[in-house]
Amino acid sequence: MLRMSIGHTLLGLLESGPRHGYDLKRAFDEKFGQDRPLHYGQVYSTMSRLLKNGLVEVDGIEPGGGPERKRYAITDAGITDVERWLATPEKPEPYLQSTLYTKVVLALLTRRDAADILDTQRSEHLRMMRILTDRKRKGDLADQLICDHALFHLEADLRWLELTAARLDKLAEVVAK
Amino acid sequence: MGAGFAFTGRGGWVRAVLTAVGVGLGVALLLLTTALPSALDARHEREQARTDFTFSQTVPPKTDATLLVANVGTTFRHEDIRGRELEPEGPKAPLPPGVDKLPAPGEMIVSPKLKALLESPDGKLLRERLSDRIVGTIAEPGLVGSAELAFYRGGEDLASKLDNGRVVRIERFGEPIQGTSDPWDPVLILLVLVVFVVLLMPVGVFVAAAVRFGGEGRDRRLAALRLVGSDSGMTRRVAAGEALAGSVLGLVFGIGFFLIGRQIAGRMEVFEVSVFPSYLNPSPALAALVAVTVPAAAVLVTLFALRGVVIEPLGVVRTAKPRRRRLWWRLLLPIGGLAMLAPMIGQGSDGGDFNQYLVIGGVMLLLIGITALLPWIVETAVARLGSGPVAWQLAVRRLQLSSGTAARTVNGIAVAVAGAIALQMLFAGVEDDFTEVTPYDETRIQMQVSIPEGMPPAQAAADFRRTEGVRKVYAYSEGYVGEKRTDPDFSTQVTVGDCAALREVAKLPSCRDGDVFAVSGAEYDTDTSDMAKPGRTLYFDPSYEDGHEGTETPWTLPAVKRAEAAVDMTGSERGGLLVTPKALPAATTKSLGGQVYLRLDESVPDVYDLVRNTAAAINPLSDPMLWVSSQRSERYDSIRTGLFVGATCVLALIGASLLVSQLEQLRERRKLLSALVAFGTRRRTLGLSVLWQTTIPIVLGLTLASVVGLTLGVVLLKMTATGLSVDWASLLAMIGIGAGVVLLVTLLSLPPLLRLMRPEGLRTE
Amino acid sequence: MTPSGSLLVAEGLRKTYGPTTALDGADFSIHPGEVVAVMGPSGSGKSTLLHCLAGIVPPDAGSIRYDGREMATMNDAQRSALRRSEFGFVFQFGQLVPELTCVENVALPLRLNGTSRKAAERTALSWMERLEVDGIGKKRPGEVSGGQGQRVAVARALVTGPRVLFADEPTGALDSLNGERVMELLTDAARSTNAAVVLVTHEARVAAYSDREIVVRDGKSRDMERVV
Repeated sequence: MLRMSIGHTLLGLLESGPRHGYDLKRAFDEKFGQDRPLHYGQVYSTMSRLLKNGLVEVDGIEPGGGPERKRYAITDAGITDVERWLATPEKPEPYLQSTLYTKVVLALLTRRDAADILDTQRSEHLRMMRILTDRKRKGDLADQLICDHALFHLEADLRWLELTAARLDKLAEVVAK
Repeated sequence: MGAGFAFTGRGGWVRAVLTAVGVGLGVALLLLTTALPSALDARHEREQARTDFTFSQTVPPKTDATLLVANVGTTFRHEDIRGRELEPEGPKAPLPPGVDKLPAPGEMIVSPKLKALLESPDGKLLRERLSDRIVGTIAEPGLVGSAELAFYRGGEDLASKLDNGRVVRIERFGEPIQGTSDPWDPVLILLVLVVFVVLLMPVGVFVAAAVRFGGEGRDRRLAALRLVGSDSGMTRRVAAGEALAGSVLGLVFGIGFFLIGRQIAGRMEVFEVSVFPSYLNPSPALAALVAVTVPAAAVLVTLFALRGVVIEPLGVVRTAKPRRRRLWWRLLLPIGGLAMLAPMIGQGSDGGDFNQYLVIGGVMLLLIGITALLPWIVETAVARLGSGPVAWQLAVRRLQLSSGTAARTVNGIAVAVAGAIALQMLFAGVEDDFTEVTPYDETRIQMQVSIPEGMPPAQAAADFRRTEGVRKVYAYSEGYVGEKRTDPDFSTQVTVGDCAALREVAKLPSCRDGDVFAVSGAEYDTDTSDMAKPGRTLYFDPSYEDGHEGTETPWTLPAVKRAEAAVDMTGSERGGLLVTPKALPAATTKSLGGQVYLRLDESVPDVYDLVRNTAAAINPLSDPMLWVSSQRSERYDSIRTGLFVGATCVLALIGASLLVSQLEQLRERRKLLSALVAFGTRRRTLGLSVLWQTTIPIVLGLTLASVVGLTLGVVLLKMTATGLSVDWASLLAMIGIGAGVVLLVTLLSLPPLLRLMRPEGLRTE
Repeated sequence: MTPSGSLLVAEGLRKTYGPTTALDGADFSIHPGEVVAVMGPSGSGKSTLLHCLAGIVPPDAGSIRYDGREMATMNDAQRSALRRSEFGFVFQFGQLVPELTCVENVALPLRLNGTSRKAAERTALSWMERLEVDGIGKKRPGEVSGGQGQRVAVARALVTGPRVLFADEPTGALDSLNGERVMELLTDAARSTNAAVVLVTHEARVAAYSDREIVVRDGKSRDMERVV
């Protein structure tokens, strides 16, 4: 999952224009990798997988050779893939924020509607909460307590979603820098 | 610190001003009360300083320092006019107070009020009677009141009329002050006391309520002060400070009101009594007492109101759980009041004294009794009120929850109305006393005019016949005869007139000029039958040992016919001798006084004054007598109007406070009102419930007020020993005004209510 | 989702209070028996949307059709009558008349509709029973707990058998447990009478009792079903 999202994230970063692998790593670290900088090997392996799947192509090679000198560009298939990934809500679960955050920032970077992403997620969260609430109403005390735990976590997520939605404009400013 | 709070906050200044106005009215009334005795004394002194008729037996001899004074006072419409004709007998003749120079014959010096009257179109008729040239006005020292009608005019040849009782010779004006002044009429004192108690009480109740205005808002503020660390003593001091600030402002207002009131009082007239503003000087000690007592009372009331309240940092806690109100001690107050008044019942008739303290105490206890009884009545009545439509239910439940507040707001109105009812009854009763019912038959004659001696009544009769509004004139010469020249043992009345005139006073068998009739069987007539013997000599106007020197004109009786007594136009049976003119020798005319009895068309405007004008033209010294049994004068109307105005002002003030608390309450319920409207409550329903909420306590309050007012009125009338009469119209009017105030308050609170009911109230702040 | 078959439909609602724009082209629709949560940050206009939908506040522009009737053509009296007979209301607080007893409060809407006092209070008591507060009928609102008071308010909202129940932060002043119980009772009761519920809340766990949610932001509404 996490690796999938690294692929999507790098793809998304490429949407703004062809980049060298090293540039990609730097851009990723700068925007998303505050506490976990990307290892260069990760970039290389991810890019080769994307290349294999036809989501990126090599735009040019700098003189001097070596994979690190390759310049990558996103393909149409790649763009569609990013699109689909952004539009798909994550399965509501705890500690989702990093993925969601990545999605929102990428959407802002690629001038997509970040609010949509948040709303979609919010809807998905609420759907989950409805299911839990329903289960809780019909279940015994143990069910109720378990459901409540999940509900409170989901509620916290949802609040984060709301807060982020309210701060999208500010975030866009920061990201654009 | 509290002073600062008094004027801040929402509606804070409205509250402060209302409190100040209430306190101000109280202060002004108190100052006026303290000034009243000195004002009445001042009047008395002025009256003494200009006294001319001392009724002393000895007439001073004519010198160059004597003045002849004739009483030419007259009446215009229902107002008495003090009039004097002055004729100096030498250059040193005294001047009356307020006059610089004696008016010459044909000249007149008048009081400012009379001058205004004479110059107004209203006074045109009077101007015909007082036609002398106005050469000046009487200055203040010569008048007892600003609204007094008085004049001095120049006279001629008054010496010849010295013996007729309306002319005197004096060496100076004013009576040497003889010991104590006359004691005041106890009834008048009672009136004054009751007026002031009745006016002061609602103001007191109002002030007590006013310092509690916005009590809840204040409590919240005090709670906030507690939260930031003030202890309960400090908060109480802050609350007292607030009340003090309001009442100090009120003190300033009060002095202003008093100064304005003093000027207005200078223009007012009650029972023909008016005063000059300068008379109204409260004694400094009493004024200082007022200045200290009123703010102190306001503070005390505030602290009293906070007595059962503990202000905690997070809000206000009422320590005492609201208990059911008990009746017994509440009844003690009015019963105590009655008990204080009861011993004085009937004392007005024999000039007895009223104990002032008992009167004030009794009236106050009765009125305070209302404020004690009303909360109990409201609580008890409201608890028993049954179900009804929603508006009714909402109002009743609201009242059940806070009957005390409801009663407090109505207290002032109830006290004012009760006092006004009692006062009105007292005024009406006393007024009845002032206009005694005369026994005369007013369907026959309405006025009687004396004709000066020596003038043939027939001539005067002709003048009166020409006067507009005179329907019929009966002219007689009247006199007395005795059987001896001096100190007669028997005497009888002689009436001289033509046959037609004589038929008006007795049943005559037949009549020709020259006949003499003896009337038998008349009331109070014992001597006639003995004296009426033909050929017997009788003497007109006999002399008496005690100094009366009569003309002693002899008259020998001719043949005497018998006549039967009948009720004459004066309403009594006329006895004595009835004589036709030819039966009398000419010499007797100077012993006879002419009397003209007039039947008037009372629908003619100012008919009495037309007659007075004619009478004055015939004889300036005449004072025509009005024989109208009960004159319902405009004076009573003006008092009633004044009372209405006063009561309305007090009620309007209370109404304003009612409105303020009503609005405050509505604002607190803003959210609830919006919610009620949201789920579809008709505005009408809510408006009606507000109306009921004010109406129920008011109806109870007015009912109690009527009962107490009538009781107090009856007791006061019994005290003055005047006939009981209830002026139902004014009673209803008073109640009507009270009800009107409620209606007005409700109407005025409707627009804010409608505004509060708008859904904006649902929005969270 | 098409508005057809909807009980209450609003389109293009606009409403300003002075300089503030509360609604700026909001849409809404609800089916009979549906529970729709209206969410959004404070000041987003969600309460205004509810007030407009309920005919408490006329919108500046846009149309609201209830049961095929256009609300804009109704006068105040007609809208009041509609609220009395077809709608029910629950607010966050301050809605119970403090001087009336609880049962009288519940009976109030029936009495406003002209039902006799006895009959109204009988019906009221049966609703209070359903909301598990029949024991406090004789008490005044000031003497009962917040949760009880809110149940009384729900009973009052439902007592006339409304077709739409408007609830504005019905659990706003309650703790989680009380709030959830009130929501359970409210939605159960509404479902059993096939009443639609417009539920304004900012709490996700309360909104989770709905079938569908609408988010209002800056006066614009967003139907979350259409996003997915």
